[in-house]
Parts: sequence; C-alpha cells; structure tokens
Amino acid sequence: MMTTTLSAQQVSFTRDGNSILANADLTLSAGELVGLIGPNGAGKSSLLRMMAGLQQPDSGQIYLTSQHDQQQLLNDFSGRERAQLLAYLPQQETPAWPLHVEHLVGLGRAPWHKPMSGKSSRDKQAIEHALNITELQPLRQRIVTTLSGGELQRTLLARVFAGEPHIILADEPIAALDPYHQLHVMELLAEHAQQGGAVLAALHDLSLAARFCSRLVLLHHGKIIADGQPIDVLTTENLEQVYGISAYVDCRDDGVVIIPRKRVL
Amino acid sequence: MQIRISFTTLICLLVLAITVASAIALNIGLADIEVINGLQDFFNGEQSLAANVVGQIRLPRLILAVVIGATLGMSGAAMQGLLRNPLADPGVLGVSSGAAFGAICTLYFGIAASAWYWLPGAAILGALFTLFMVYVLAGLHSSMLALILAGTAMSSIMVALIAVTLNFAPSLYAMQEIVFWMLGSLANRHFDHVSIALPLAVISWLMMLSRSRFLDALSLGEDSARSLGFNNHRERGILLLGISIGVGACVAVSGAIGFIGLVIPHLLRPFVGYRPGRLMVASALGGALLLVLADILVRQFDSARELKIGVVTSLIGAPFFLFLILKTRSRWA
Repeated sequence: MMTTTLSAQQVSFTRDGNSILANADLTLSAGELVGLIGPNGAGKSSLLRMMAGLQQPDSGQIYLTSQHDQQQLLNDFSGRERAQLLAYLPQQETPAWPLHVEHLVGLGRAPWHKPMSGKSSRDKQAIEHALNITELQPLRQRIVTTLSGGELQRTLLARVFAGEPHIILADEPIAALDPYHQLHVMELLAEHAQQGGAVLAALHDLSLAARFCSRLVLLHHGKIIADGQPIDVLTTENLEQVYGISAYVDCRDDGVVIIPRKRVL
Repeated sequence: MQIRISFTTLICLLVLAITVASAIALNIGLADIEVINGLQDFFNGEQSLAANVVGQIRLPRLILAVVIGATLGMSGAAMQGLLRNPLADPGVLGVSSGAAFGAICTLYFGIAASAWYWLPGAAILGALFTLFMVYVLAGLHSSMLALILAGTAMSSIMVALIAVTLNFAPSLYAMQEIVFWMLGSLANRHFDHVSIALPLAVISWLMMLSRSRFLDALSLGEDSARSLGFNNHRERGILLLGISIGVGACVAVSGAIGFIGLVIPHLLRPFVGYRPGRLMVASALGGALLLVLADILVRQFDSARELKIGVVTSLIGAPFFLFLILKTRSRWA
C-alpha cells in the first residue's frame, strides 16, 4: 500500500518585494484528494511548484515521506527518485511538437527509464493502463495538436498516470474544459486518491471542488485561511472575505452547491 | 503531414542512400582510376597513382563530408529540440561565428600557412570561447531566453569582428583567402583534417545522443521536464557543449557550411513522428547524405574556379526551406 506523504512547513516566498506565500503549512497524505482554492494571484501555482520541487522557497521546508523511510527533505531526493514518487501537471501544458498521443503518454515513463535501454515491459504496461483509464485507446494514434482541449488535457493526465506516481500535483487541471471533461478529469483524480495515492489540485470551480475533494485548502494573499472539510471551508464569510463575492451556498445530500451572486465592494 | 514509416526502415534507407552516394563520390573525379584497386593499394600501404588519388584526395574528402554533414544535422536537431522551435539552427548561440572568427584570425595574421593545425585549433577555441561568454553574459542558471539573447549578442560581436579583419586585411590575397574560407569548402582536405574533426565530432555525437530522452521530455516544457526528474541546467549545458564542440570542429575543417542544420531536421521531422531524440539520429544521417551529394555536385564543375560547397548548400537550402515553410505554415501558425 502506498503511504507517501508530502508536507510543506512554514513555507514563505517573496518575489520583487511582493510576498507570494507567507508561512504556509500544508500536508498531503495518502488517500486524499485536496483542492487548493483561492482567487487569482493567491499563490496557488507557487505553492504547487514548490511542493513539486521546481521552485525553492525563501524559507521553510518541504518534506517527502516515502513508504518505509523517515521524513526526508524533498531537496535530498535526486530528481529521478522524486519524479518516481511525485508528478506535476502544469497549467496549460502545450506540447512543442505534433507528437502522437501514445508517444506523449510514454514521456511520463522518463523517471523509470534506464540508460541505454528501450521500453521495458513494465513501461508498456503502464502506458497501456494509463491509456485505458483515461479512455484514450481510440485516440492513441492521433496527433496531439489535432485534439480538442478536453482530449488534450486527458492525454496530459495520462502522461502523469503513466509515470505511476504516488502523489499528483495538478495546476488547474479542469480550467477551460466542458462539464463532461471536467467531471471526467475529477473522477480520474479521485480514483487515484481512492487507490491510495494523493492528489493536490488547484481549482477554480468551487462546486466541483466541494463535490470531489475530501479536503479544501483556501489560500488568500499567500496565507492559508482555511483548511478542512469543504463544508467548513466554503462558508459565506470566507467567500465574501477571500473572493469578494456574495454567494448562495447550499449543502445537499450529494454535495455543496455554490452559485456566485454578486461582487461585494 | 504525418508519414508512417518505421524508424528502423528510415534509418536503413538513409544508410543505404549514404552508401550509394559514397560509392559514387569515390568514383568521380578528374583522374581516371580503378577505385577498388586504389583502395586496396591504399590500405595495404602500396604506392600507386590510384592509391594516392583515392586515399589522399577522395577518401578524406568523403569522410569529412559524412562527418561534417552528420554533425551539422544532429546539432541542428538538438538545437531545435532544445529551443522547442523548428527555426533554430546550430549557430543560434553564436558558436559558428565564434569558430569562424577564430579561424579568420589565423588567416589574417598569416599563421594559418605555417602549420595546418593552427586554423582548426583556433576555430575550436573560438567556438568554446563564444559558448563560455554566452554563459558568462547570461548566467549559469539563466532561462533559455537569456541564453538566446546573449548568443545573439555574441554572434553579432563575432560577425562585427570578422568585418573588422576583412576591412583591415593585410593584402587582397589575405582578404580573398578569408572570404573563400568563409564560403565553406571540402577541397584540398587530407587525413590530418579528418584526425582533428572525427574525434571531436564523435564526442559531440555522444554528448548529444545521450541527452535524447531529455529532449523528448522537453517537448512538454521546461517545468514538465524538470518534474520528470531531469536536471534541466545540467542537461542543457551538456547539449550546448556538445553542439559547440561539434560545430567548432566542423567550421574548423570546412569553413561555414550553412542550412544543413536548419533544413535537414525540418525535412525529416515528420518521418520520426516529431520525436526530438530520434530526430537527432535521422538528421545526422540526412545531413551526411546531403553533404555527400552536394560535394558530388560541386565536383562536376570547373576545378579552376572551385564552386564552394557552402554556396551549394545555401543555394539548395534556402529555397527549399522557403518551400517547406509555405507548405507547412498553416500548421505552425
């Protein structure tokens, strides 16, 4: 069973005199699908990049605890070891070349490649599995530049799954998708969490975040304002204070429904 | 445009074409000789007219055409993969101008004539110095954009310095020598040139080919490549050093031969499914083929006023490139 944990402790980051993140604490444990929410510029992308090891915080530490080991600094992992445990899906990743879908998905196997050898049978299995769960088998021979936005996002997600990571950090994975594809992507991420993995996803769609995430983390001006059950985080007070909106919040049996009504001046 | 052909088939076809072209290249020339006998005599160390013509004139020229074409083709593919841009060429960081300036200095001061190794040595130093300066200007951990800007600046400086040497050339003869050298040529090269170009070229091939996985991953962007476990700065450094050594070695023995590094990867990309790693191998073979063919063409003309091979590659390359752009512009738009 996978029990990898990723935690950011007292992480701060300043750029050009602007505080992007201030003493953020966030722990992501196995089995969780955590939604990172907050207005534009709240520091969601920066926090994700730091937790992915792509950006060094000015102060604070990121720890990664893998299956049997003690808590270890993320920086102490080699790039390859880190990539085997942790995958990062950037916001609006655009492939530079018109690759085939299956080749693009295969790129996710990079952390497992051994030098001077071709694709192993495990590589092939992982790629097939990723294509299957993302329902991309019919599209596997297509060229990625001819895909629709939803199909492309699914391909990029399949790339992440192909690497068989424990932890997935996704930056706005459902932005600019139609509702069908939004649901599809969220279902795939939720399934990954159910199977013992962990997902941290920056999200803007609050209703979907509340519907799928086991936990929400609300970020505002680089500070974590709230962290907990969706119903406790998405209060009318928080929405007014952080997003500057008054919203209709309804708790129902099948989740929380949020309808923004107007801006609050 | 997506062409279905297996990678192995493509490689076999290219190797076959190079073999055929090489056989033709060895068989044509002014002297009417038996090539097979000449080769046998040459490798057995026997002295004969055929052995001398084939071994001392045609064979080094052919080897250099293959090596230089392969290096330029592979460097172009590597640079385009690294910059994620089909319009990049190996000279984009100024290394070829730097190598040219180094070589021209030896022609300018007249030391090129004193020993054959001065010119290639200075060219390689010029290429490595340019790469070093690009890194000094841009900083070791800079973005790719900063490197390109620094490279463009270094390239301009080197071109300006070349203009200065031309302006103050000590004699008309020196000026002619510099200009002819800049046009790029494979004429009058011998095994000394092969011995300097081949080892450096092989080193540069190994450096580039060992990074093919990184170039594949880079198709997804810098952040994704890093998140897939690659140390981007290190990988990029090795690639750029490999490109510089390779291009430096090429310019050192043949002068500036343009357009191969730009056209060949562009032409072969659809055949390898646009995968940057595989494109490097295919482009190396394609570049070698093109340069051997261009050399055959060059040798069809009057030898008194030699047609420079760099002129031929540009003359074929530029219109062909324009054609490709027009044909594919909708896709890159």
